[in-house]
Amino acid sequence: MFSFLFRRLLVLIPTYIGITLTAFVFIRVIPGDPILVMSGERSPSPEKYAELMHAFGFDQPLWKQYFDYVGNLLQGNFGDSIVTGRPVLEEFFELFPATVELAAFALFFALLIGIPAGIIAAVKRGTFYDHTLMTISLTGFSMPLFWWALLLIVFFSGYLGWTPVSGRISALYFFDTPTGFMLIDSWLSDEEGAFKSAVMHLILPAVALGTIPMATFARQSRSAMLETLGEDFIKTARAKGLSPFKVTVVHAFRNALIPIITVIGLSVGVLLGGAILTETIFSWPGIGKWMVDSIFRRDYPVVQGGLILIATIVIMVNLTVDVLYGIIDPRISKKGH
Amino acid sequence: MKKSIIAAAVLAGGMIMSGQAMAAKTLVYCSEGSPEGFDAALYTSGTTFDASANTMFDGLVNFKVGTTEVVPGVAESWDVSVDGLELTFKLRPGVKFHSTKNFTPTRDLNADDIIFSFKRQMDKENPYYKENNGNFGYWNAMDMSNLINDVVKVDDLTVKFVLDHPEAPIVSNMAMAFASIQSAEYGAQLVASGKLGDLNQKPVGTGPFQFVGYKKDSVIRYAKNTQYWGEQAKIDNLVFSITTDASVRFQKMKAGECHAMPYPNPADIADIRSTDGINMMEQEGLNVGYLAYNTEKDKFKDVRVRKALNYAINKDAIKQVVFNGEASVAKNPIPPTIWSYDQSTVDDAYDVDKAKALLKEAGISGFKTNIWAMPVQRPYNPDAKKMAELIQADWAKIGVDAEIVTFEWGEYLKRSKAGEHDTVLLGWTGDNGDPDNFLRVLLGCAAAKSGDNRARWCNAEFEQELQDALLSTDPEVRTTAYENAQKIFKKEAPWATIAHSTVFMPVSNKVSGYKIDPLGGHFFHNVDLK
Repeated sequence: MFSFLFRRLLVLIPTYIGITLTAFVFIRVIPGDPILVMSGERSPSPEKYAELMHAFGFDQPLWKQYFDYVGNLLQGNFGDSIVTGRPVLEEFFELFPATVELAAFALFFALLIGIPAGIIAAVKRGTFYDHTLMTISLTGFSMPLFWWALLLIVFFSGYLGWTPVSGRISALYFFDTPTGFMLIDSWLSDEEGAFKSAVMHLILPAVALGTIPMATFARQSRSAMLETLGEDFIKTARAKGLSPFKVTVVHAFRNALIPIITVIGLSVGVLLGGAILTETIFSWPGIGKWMVDSIFRRDYPVVQGGLILIATIVIMVNLTVDVLYGIIDPRISKKGH
Repeated sequence: MKKSIIAAAVLAGGMIMSGQAMAAKTLVYCSEGSPEGFDAALYTSGTTFDASANTMFDGLVNFKVGTTEVVPGVAESWDVSVDGLELTFKLRPGVKFHSTKNFTPTRDLNADDIIFSFKRQMDKENPYYKENNGNFGYWNAMDMSNLINDVVKVDDLTVKFVLDHPEAPIVSNMAMAFASIQSAEYGAQLVASGKLGDLNQKPVGTGPFQFVGYKKDSVIRYAKNTQYWGEQAKIDNLVFSITTDASVRFQKMKAGECHAMPYPNPADIADIRSTDGINMMEQEGLNVGYLAYNTEKDKFKDVRVRKALNYAINKDAIKQVVFNGEASVAKNPIPPTIWSYDQSTVDDAYDVDKAKALLKEAGISGFKTNIWAMPVQRPYNPDAKKMAELIQADWAKIGVDAEIVTFEWGEYLKRSKAGEHDTVLLGWTGDNGDPDNFLRVLLGCAAAKSGDNRARWCNAEFEQELQDALLSTDPEVRTTAYENAQKIFKKEAPWATIAHSTVFMPVSNKVSGYKIDPLGGHFFHNVDLK
């Protein structure tokens, strides 16, 4: 297990060189620069413009800017936002809990609906249930997130009035948020009705963001279960007279877990990507919206820092998934994967 | 621990902001985006000004809400010297800066605060100049360093601006967001603690509302300034609920989650008008959308060609298709709501035959050119690509073959400023209600050199009128000069003036007293809630 982990960690070095380089180059190949974009129609004179580019260090050769940047990164300095002047790390950690909260509940929703639906579809293969569930799942998978989210708002908030339209909590509440997780902070606050408001605000964005992963989980667990249900040991278990429930859940499902966990691990990237759109539509103050704003403003340090931090999270989650494989199926880490 | 209801209580004279208590008079404004910060001098966007200057700060002078009339702010009166080179402001006694969690003022506003507010933008040795790398948006764009030589304290309540040359709009400029008055005492405190960035993050002003807190990208909270020198705000709390998507803002209005929203989606306008409980306010915007001909290019040097192209454009069709009819066709380079607007101008009305005849007279039977279309939506042009397509089709009728070109926004501005275009779509929203802010900024000779004048058109006669108006403080002299300038403009046609768009502001019918600001800001201190 340790040599497996060590090898995985070693791979991170070239990965990070690639990520920093990509992040650095990506934002700079987009035409325009922070000074021009910020000033819009009210641009400074060419002399002043040159002075500002110099003051921000954008007139330096690119390779020098890159090495300065990496040098700072190695000391844990992600730089300051050009727009707000605040440290990138500080902004990231202020907004990150909102994204985690959203992604976690989207994942929870996706698992809660997706996996049982997949199992049922596999067990009732070829029946009306199977066809219906898989049709719904295919629809969910092909739904454009932007449109789907607006549809949810128009129907549930606009027409039925069941849920609030957007935001994390009613704008009338304003309390300190020490953890950054609105459910926890609203629970801890003494404000009456705050927790309920936070829960209600979370429902639609979580459903919108969780829909595509849900569909993926349903399809993946269906096919994994179908494969496992055809194996000899299941026939043996049935022959032993075990109850259908025990056969399905204890024997088949455990063995079907590996491909399902792989998909869950991969869906973290999807969730973070989807969070960008979801956060924009639902005015959800997370890192997705922050990144989009920063790209539009050409806020180089924020875009670079944000990409590196998000990449780090995805890498860590995938690493965790690899370790989980080893726990579920000890043969994997012994074989050296 | 009485868990952290924010210390608004302390700030707003003991008002506790619990969910219920707040319901009293809290106005929720669904704003369109996150402010970049709260120091208006650093930025140029209206979103940031709404969250900072328009709520929490005063200028020496202010614009009377709903007009472009300059009224006293923290200065009671002002005086311009005979030679126009000295501008002296008499300050209002007893003006208090906000007391916040971070700062408790020990004195009232005085001349030191005025000097601090401006010196930080012009003095390269000022710590705030260094902190921000000198990136003061409007100060730089308006080239204020070449206008203001010094700001001098005469006595505690008198401050004098020494100018390099006379410039009539200077008083209006003092009402703009970048000229918001900051506290020198707070500034010094932040320098001492090494937290200079807090001037931009934890603002302290003298305005009708004071800062309570900002949850990034989510909510900004203000409380009424109970010590405001002027008429106090009628609402107790003001909340900006940041909602970037225009359709979502409308849904929030419908659901009663906000009382007012800016910039509705053009497609939603009919729906909003028919929604119960929403009062759709509208006003002609102080803006102009135009197509500039690059007069440095040979094909546009002949005024007959420019005129011919003007006659070929069907502006009514553009108004219907691009603006959904919610605009007025522009005939002058300044909007009709601005003083000195020349009513007598006769527009180059759509006339294909006349256009063809003019081209023939110029000895041209048709040519190839390009139309640059902006990649972004602006108030003066909601869909530049569509506009460009309509113009392209119109020009095709007189044998002019135009290719549509576009670039990323920053690049678009940079390249058009460098004069790479043949014709370019752009526009302007007024900053201070002075015609100079349109005519000289967009069509003056200095602007032709810097590139802000996209027509790169420098006409001596026109420039003379602008200079006459600039140097005079007599409204009549100025009006006549600007009217003459507009006549020259129309004759020379460096632009096709396209439209002045209508500004919409859906407001809940529980709200009273809201006025649309012609300069595009959003102000809430005169507003009340039923």
